[in-house]
Amino acid sequence: MLKSGLLRIFLTTIFFAGVNLANAAEPIKIGTFLSITGPASFLGDPELKTLQMVVEDFNAKGGLNGRKIELVHYDTGGNAREALNFVKRLIRKDQVDVIVGGTTSGDTLAVMPEVEKAGISLISLAGAVEIIEPVRKWVFKVAHTDRMAAAKIFEDLKKRHLTKVALITGDGGFDKSGRAQILELAPEYGITLVADESYSNKDTDMTAPLTKIRATDAQAIINFGFGQAPAIVTKNIKQLGIDLPVYQSHGVASKTFIDLAGEAAEGVRLPAAALVVAEQLPDTDPQKPVLLAYKKEYEAKHGAVSTFGGHAYDGVMIAAEAIKRAGGTDKTQVRDEIEKTSGFIGTAGIFHMTPEDHMGLNLDAFKMVEIRDGGWKIVE
Amino acid sequence: MPEQIFQFLVTGITVGAIYALVGLGFALIYNASDVVNFAQGEFVMLGAMTAIALLGAGLPLVLAAIAATLLTALVGLLLERCAIEPARGASVVTTIIITIGAAIFLRGVASLLWGKNSLPFPAFSGNEPIHLGGATLLPQSLWVLGGAVLLVSLTRAFLNRTLLGKALLACSFNPVAAQLVGINVKVMLRLAYGLSAGLGAIAGILAAPITFSSYEAGIMLGLKGFSAAIVGGIGNPMGAVAGGLLLGVLEALGAGLISSGYKDAIAFVFVLMVLFFEPTGLFGHKVAERV
Repeated sequence: MLKSGLLRIFLTTIFFAGVNLANAAEPIKIGTFLSITGPASFLGDPELKTLQMVVEDFNAKGGLNGRKIELVHYDTGGNAREALNFVKRLIRKDQVDVIVGGTTSGDTLAVMPEVEKAGISLISLAGAVEIIEPVRKWVFKVAHTDRMAAAKIFEDLKKRHLTKVALITGDGGFDKSGRAQILELAPEYGITLVADESYSNKDTDMTAPLTKIRATDAQAIINFGFGQAPAIVTKNIKQLGIDLPVYQSHGVASKTFIDLAGEAAEGVRLPAAALVVAEQLPDTDPQKPVLLAYKKEYEAKHGAVSTFGGHAYDGVMIAAEAIKRAGGTDKTQVRDEIEKTSGFIGTAGIFHMTPEDHMGLNLDAFKMVEIRDGGWKIVE
Repeated sequence: MPEQIFQFLVTGITVGAIYALVGLGFALIYNASDVVNFAQGEFVMLGAMTAIALLGAGLPLVLAAIAATLLTALVGLLLERCAIEPARGASVVTTIIITIGAAIFLRGVASLLWGKNSLPFPAFSGNEPIHLGGATLLPQSLWVLGGAVLLVSLTRAFLNRTLLGKALLACSFNPVAAQLVGINVKVMLRLAYGLSAGLGAIAGILAAPITFSSYEAGIMLGLKGFSAAIVGGIGNPMGAVAGGLLLGVLEALGAGLISSGYKDAIAFVFVLMVLFFEPTGLFGHKVAERV
């Protein structure tokens, strides 16, 4: 009797020890769903490469809290319905601990209710301000909002005493959201919009709407969009002989834009993350070492950095630090720790999250840059 | 206002010329086999992307353009040999589905080879806009227009004047009879795909300085080129040009006078109207089905 009792205790101990051992070896699972193909692929592609790079680095150094990190990723192709399916799979089948992703605002907005219901932290890489306003318990974001971009452009216009502005935007989600923010913020800065034109992002010629803008008394043109369309707009402005200051959004803050628009890009101004002008920052800037380190590592493996890959870096690092502070992967604790992120130096800026602000960036995170001689120049 | 309308017209003709060039490529394969080749847009993309890659590798512009055209023609040949020919005897619809598959495949290969960003191509003779009255256009647009005129005349002459061209047409009218009179239908089909791919590549290279190119540039260009071809009467090279110019001008006027948002809708409603009232297109051959 005694003997079998001891045996039982022994076996039970072994059993639990075994479970514990398995637990310690169990990797931390970070899930992601990105637009690796489709129209937003040039955003999703560097994002995935960055996530893989950061996870590899962690694992090479022995993982996080002594546990390896496993990245589970799916390609949404920019399709919001697919995004929702994949997030359900990440939560139920893959049972990930935290989700970093949503390349586009559309993808992110589509999955937010599911994430809230399941109670798992989501750090979005997309731009729309609707993701964090109103604040949702489980949803965070690390990319600058379009409202910040609009505000930054208006500040610059005010400095140059330009008040009459023509707006031209594409038909994508990013364009429309940006347009809405510009229309909303303009009166606050005393700016009148004398034209509000649009085009389709797949168009190869935008001279028709620009001809209409040429006939107005605009003092500057704002184009809000990403991809090749803004480059064509910029070229068409030049072609039509419109000699006005041109502002683009942070959506084109990549070398690709300069390559595409060529000479026509000279003098174009846009709000950009510090990443594109990392070398020009003063050495006292606390962001500089972080930016240069990320840039160097990424460029060694994949070629030119983009700010979008930088967002993925910020997202996964914030998640990793939160898990480190929480000492485990308890979902509520991780969420609370993400919300307490303060003073984290990322590529997009310095994050100070609060229960009221699930992004934690201010306008300083943007630099107003001008394209000169095929490169970026800070103009503030 | 008249100045604006003039600019819209110039814009429309420029864009229309690109559609016309792309639409032209549909004619050859359709003429040889009654098949609409949905990989035509991908030939356009391949031409442009290959030229960009070769230029990047250090080849001079002219050589890069010629090599890209030949390479794309080779891809067209291979496509026929490896995907269309094994399905010989399949219905037209099946063959069309194969071309859709080929299009997706080519797009995938392009995205792996050249990445997903749009890439620029330098203009042939500078970017200094030409002023025409109150309107402006790029020198490259003249290249596109000139290219369209030249290629259309060549295609037309090829189909109507040369023995080879006539043999090609015979294959579509009646493949069995064509075979019986000694035309090698197989070779004719390969020729049609190769030439179409080459035509597409030239269109892509001429338009690339204006439109840029990316792995998925073929989708929209292919669709618009196809619309141009059916408006004008598919199979008729002149029709493709007229269809392309009409479509371009309508789009530009729609965008300028009504709203950019409705531009594509206006163009596609026009295509529907044409097909509704003139099912063979504006310049298509009237077909009388014999029972």
